[in-house]
Amino acid sequence: MSENRYELNKELAQMLKGGVIMDVTTPEQAKIAEEAGACAVMALERIPADIRAAGGVSRMSDPKMIQGIQEAVSIPVMAKCRIGHFAEAQVLEAIEIDYIDESEVLSPADDVYHIDKTKFKVPFVCGAKDLGEALRRISEGASMIRTKGEPGTGDVVQAVRHMRMLNREIAKIQALRSDELFDEAKKLQVSYDLVLYVHENGKLPVVNFAAGGIATPADAALMMQLGAEGLFVGSGIFKSGNPQKRANAIVKAVTNYQDAKLIAELSKDLGEAMVGINEQEIELLMAERGK
Amino acid sequence: MQNEKITVGVLALQGAFIEHEQMIKSLGANTVELRQKSDLDQKIDAVILPGGESTVQGKLLNELDMMEPLKAMIKAGKPVLATCAGLILLAEHIEEDDHLYFGTLPVTVKRNAYGRQLGSFSQNACIAGVTGGEYLMRFIRAPYIAGSTEQVEVLARDAKNHIVGVRYENQLAFAFHPELTGDTRIHESFLNMV
Repeated sequence: MSENRYELNKELAQMLKGGVIMDVTTPEQAKIAEEAGACAVMALERIPADIRAAGGVSRMSDPKMIQGIQEAVSIPVMAKCRIGHFAEAQVLEAIEIDYIDESEVLSPADDVYHIDKTKFKVPFVCGAKDLGEALRRISEGASMIRTKGEPGTGDVVQAVRHMRMLNREIAKIQALRSDELFDEAKKLQVSYDLVLYVHENGKLPVVNFAAGGIATPADAALMMQLGAEGLFVGSGIFKSGNPQKRANAIVKAVTNYQDAKLIAELSKDLGEAMVGINEQEIELLMAERGK
Repeated sequence: MQNEKITVGVLALQGAFIEHEQMIKSLGANTVELRQKSDLDQKIDAVILPGGESTVQGKLLNELDMMEPLKAMIKAGKPVLATCAGLILLAEHIEEDDHLYFGTLPVTVKRNAYGRQLGSFSQNACIAGVTGGEYLMRFIRAPYIAGSTEQVEVLARDAKNHIVGVRYENQLAFAFHPELTGDTRIHESFLNMV
């Protein structure tokens, strides 16, 4: 991938900021999401909550289904491939997907190596629980990061934990003396240049969204106030009683995340939220996949 | 007017608005974020409509009751700089799309005119009214202008001669993203319109 292509890919993520990327499984859902104000959609066969319920191996979606969604909407379309499954990523690039999510939501295809994302022209977003994971994915060529959270649970606790961890580690690196950065790079298993960037800028070199367990307008406001630049909402919308209304409300909550009065209005009469599972009740921690 | 006395309202509903704010601040002018209707009551000398998704921004403009007051400001002659999605919001016509947002700029735009993300590109070109040589234009899932009236001044074209930059009275609109380069010349000429 040329330097300029990587820059263009990072810049597409910049255009998504302040927006909500919604999981959709059909062209109809994609249209609902677009009309509700999604800035992009994630096309997948089953949303994380159903993947969790069904168990078994979860793979890249049928390209025909993804293309149906590409035809249905004018906003960017993303799709997931398995961690390390570069052939699935090649397929997604061949159908001109706008962004690939190398995602822990699917069953990992490689328990050691992530995809060498520098070999692709299309951009990649990857999940991270902490700064080391985020910077390792960036050094592999990711042009956007999202917190992992715990997908398909409707429980925001892990997204909060990962975002706070990231913020804390960034603040720590900013506070280090410059001669301490070399050792920090070794500890994080990333290049010195990336650590230096964080030290000087106090942020990741790419856009960072929150994901995993976001289900309400207040969840959205919480993650934005904790420093997310935008949100992925998966099961939280189409697993709820009134997807359209909830999607609308979450989009508005992201734009005006500091206006509690507005969030109060947006939170009224949304119908049933997704049921959710507490983290203690989960057998499978997706966030532990791919470090 | 001196830059330090100018306040630019940057539409901050969704997209790359912070990048514009940084550009404007680097030139010594002030910025305010426009996130809801009450934000429009402040003293604003000029308006920026940033890149992002036009469908999202347009929907929020309507639902937050900001469309009409902002349109009135544009029609009253307040200088506007629109980039990418902002250009789509200003356009009088959008090809193969029945949405109409501000509709104050007499052009027809084509959305996603260069295709999906694989079609995003950058190109150097001269821009009318911008001195000092070529400007690096960065196109991200960009639109272009498929048609315009004679009153609209064409400022920039891509390699295939599509119109990608125009000025019409107080409205300055580009299909690419001047806020993503370190080059402040377009923002400087915009501040000179105040």
